[in-house]
Amino acid sequence: MNNYEAASSSPAPLLVLDGLKKHYPIRRGLLNRSVNSIKAVDGVDLTILPGETLGLVGESGCGKSTIGRSIVGLEKPTEGRILFEGTEISSLSNREMTDFRSKLQIVFQDPYSSLNPRKSIEDLLAEPLLVHRIVPKNEVSSEVDRLLEIVGLPTTSKHRYPHEFSGGQRQRVGIARALSLRPKLIVCDEPVSALDVSIQAQVMNLLKDLQQELNLTYLFIAHGLGAVKYMSDRIAVMYLGKIVEIGTAEELFRNPKHPYTKALLDAFPIANPRLRLNARTVLQDDAINANPSSHGCRFYSRCPVATAQCREQEPELIGDGDHASACFFSN
Amino acid sequence: MNLFKRYFIRRSEPAVGTDLVWTERDGSSKGMFFIRFKRHKLAVAGVFALCVIALCAVLAPFITAYAPTTVTDSFGEGPSWKHPLGTDLVGRDMLSRLIYAARVSLAVGIGAVAISAAIGTVLGLISGYVGGWIDGIIMRITDIFMSFPYIMLILVVSSIVGPGLLNIILILGVLGWPGVARLVRGNVLSIKQMDYVKASVVLGFRMPRILFQHILPNTVAPILIYATSGVALAILDEAALSFLGLGVQPPTPSWGNMLASAQSLTVLLSQSWLWLPPGVLIIITVLSINFIGDALRDTLDPKNNK
Repeated sequence: MNNYEAASSSPAPLLVLDGLKKHYPIRRGLLNRSVNSIKAVDGVDLTILPGETLGLVGESGCGKSTIGRSIVGLEKPTEGRILFEGTEISSLSNREMTDFRSKLQIVFQDPYSSLNPRKSIEDLLAEPLLVHRIVPKNEVSSEVDRLLEIVGLPTTSKHRYPHEFSGGQRQRVGIARALSLRPKLIVCDEPVSALDVSIQAQVMNLLKDLQQELNLTYLFIAHGLGAVKYMSDRIAVMYLGKIVEIGTAEELFRNPKHPYTKALLDAFPIANPRLRLNARTVLQDDAINANPSSHGCRFYSRCPVATAQCREQEPELIGDGDHASACFFSN
Repeated sequence: MNLFKRYFIRRSEPAVGTDLVWTERDGSSKGMFFIRFKRHKLAVAGVFALCVIALCAVLAPFITAYAPTTVTDSFGEGPSWKHPLGTDLVGRDMLSRLIYAARVSLAVGIGAVAISAAIGTVLGLISGYVGGWIDGIIMRITDIFMSFPYIMLILVVSSIVGPGLLNIILILGVLGWPGVARLVRGNVLSIKQMDYVKASVVLGFRMPRILFQHILPNTVAPILIYATSGVALAILDEAALSFLGLGVQPPTPSWGNMLASAQSLTVLLSQSWLWLPPGVLIIITVLSINFIGDALRDTLDPKNNK
């Protein structure tokens, strides 16, 4: 647990990640011995409060999707715990997990691969209802209509197949499917990245409206800061498997502390040329090739302000509930 | 004909209002299935041909004039009123034999493929989806099965368990699955990575549901293609086995052993009624099944809804 947490945990947290690690072994040779591992997630502590949206940003390969998939049980964490409403769910067997499945759902990035092409929309939405007995059998059809209505699709479309829909409409079906089990937490794994810009806003507004109406909690994963800023109450910035900065959305955007966050914000295009800063931090290379040293700050090799201390010692996430960052120079 | 059709269609049409609902409802489901299937003219012809052959096979005792083993007083004679397709060299009525043979050949073709497709599909699904050591074991077994020369293995097994219709079906069925298993496994490996399978896991579906309701429908096309060509191969394998004397035992007729018994130069040149009908029937059956398989593959894919 971290220092920043004490202040923010006034209401009981819905989800707690405690030292979550996910390492993928790299196997080589005849005996399939693991010679090394990719540390996709390397010790992440996070708290998600009921009703909030926590944004998770970071560049490709930083482990943000792995966190999302671990929460919904698609990945078994190598180390660490995931607590949902106080129950540890990461160590549950598949069968025991079934009860929690309905409370934790996920919306995928690619609406083209997330819907089974052989099933009509009605089948797709009715199946989870039937399997989990959410509503009595004779009400399934009306519940499907209700789901379609709340995501803004015409109920007449339910006999159609996924390929007959556009990307945005498919994403709405994906959201309806996640909602069908009446979850408390929805992991949105880059839900708008694959959509047209004009559709992105629609889907984000839909997610926001649903959150209000259904009292949902989101973990909103994205690599674009615009979407995250619009959606989130709090934002966590990830870099190579660790959270380097976390804070409320306004605070993080107004006063970024970690040099990586600053670089991310500088990379955010500003429409008005007069407001553009001259002194932008532009990162060289990318995270995959950066090859962090084993003990120092993992941002060391790309950091514009790094010193010898950064190479030797890994900074802890320090701050209060509103804003914390893992950098020696955050103040 | 046209008038008749129109009259009937108009009579059976529901009121306009409900008609709209009906097309919306069945837009791509069961009602649509037949409409889409009917678009494949060759497949419809195939269904018709196969139905006729199957019906003849089932009703053989009632529609044949002679028992398949009855020896008449004419030997190796050409078609006549008494024997529409002539008689064979032993004096048995060819038409009767042909119809009875359909029983054997259809049973072997469809039975063997049903068995091997079922075993192969289930093992392939499990192997691909579960992975790990289970996958390893199943795949090594298929390797072993595939590394034996197929026809030798059939010969050895059928000489051990003995010839006979049921044994042939079982042998061809049990030996034929590794191909399907490989095919299905490969497909499952790629489908497993799709988000909709992951969504099924997150939605809390159990493995059998995920395997058979979500993955299997998406890999049905290659299975159908395999199965349709498999039926053809099984019928021909039965013919080969019969030729080697390890298939269906004479005097029970099968298209295979009828063909096999006509393999001499004089017969081929001057007694075409002995080999033409069984050969043509094998071709018709195999073609029909292939056309039906093609049509099924297209029809079962909702994307082909043109």
